[in-house]
Amino acid sequence: MAPARPSAPVLDEATLLARMQAGDDEAFEACVRTYCGRLLVVARRILPNEEDARDAVQDAFLAAFKQIDRFEERSKLGTWLHRIGVNAALGRLRKLHKHPEQPIESLLPHFGEGEHQFDPPAPWQATSDAILQGKESRELVTRCINRLPDAYRTVVLLRDIEGIDTDETARLLGTSPGVIKTRLHRARQALRTLLDPYFRRDDL
Amino acid sequence: MNCREFTEFLHEYLFGDLPVGERAEFEMHLAECPWCVAYLDSYQATLQLVQVARTAEDDVSPTDAPEELVRAILRARPRIS
Repeated sequence: MAPARPSAPVLDEATLLARMQAGDDEAFEACVRTYCGRLLVVARRILPNEEDARDAVQDAFLAAFKQIDRFEERSKLGTWLHRIGVNAALGRLRKLHKHPEQPIESLLPHFGEGEHQFDPPAPWQATSDAILQGKESRELVTRCINRLPDAYRTVVLLRDIEGIDTDETARLLGTSPGVIKTRLHRARQALRTLLDPYFRRDDL
Repeated sequence: MNCREFTEFLHEYLFGDLPVGERAEFEMHLAECPWCVAYLDSYQATLQLVQVARTAEDDVSPTDAPEELVRAILRARPRIS
């Protein structure tokens, strides 16, 4: 049997917030214990190694605690912390990758005579629920997302995995909503290319 | 409309952002090009696969936080004086 973890009291959000704003140590601990796991999952998706992911989560909590007096209950505490976590992870990623952006062109469709694709698309196997829900296909999708160039991978992660809208994704990545829409489409096309060998039916 | 334009505007088509005229052209092309039908279907399947990956990762419990990280964050927190 696993040893029991230290626990912090479960508090409703308004009480938790009021107690943190009053500087209550127990409330800060409850907040970290409640949201740390979720922020770590987000940071691990964005950053390439565990150490950076953990550092980003720590940066995020410390940034959030500094601003806790200014938190207004327009958004939920969890949503607010999630955005600070995404921002902290993106900040670390920017520091890690100073080299020029990788191109995505090799993963996009190529066209020949008559503007038809060089590699004509073939139908895929029916991605039935059983296949879709399988652990293997989920891991495959995650591996393929991780093969995208960072500028595209981050857009897929923020829009499709973290569920952040176009305008906020643009703000977090310091670009325009139009650029985000274009990158998202290219990223999805590139993902389709990477998944194609696993799902295409060549028997037709 | 040709296959190149089809793949460019696919996103707008799927999310209802194409003007009516272009939408009609898009659908005319789709009616006569089996390759673009296959491309559209596999693009939509890709979106579905990503959504499944997303929902599978949503289920994270607070106990997944490493204890040493929780402790490090609490130690580093500046106290209000």
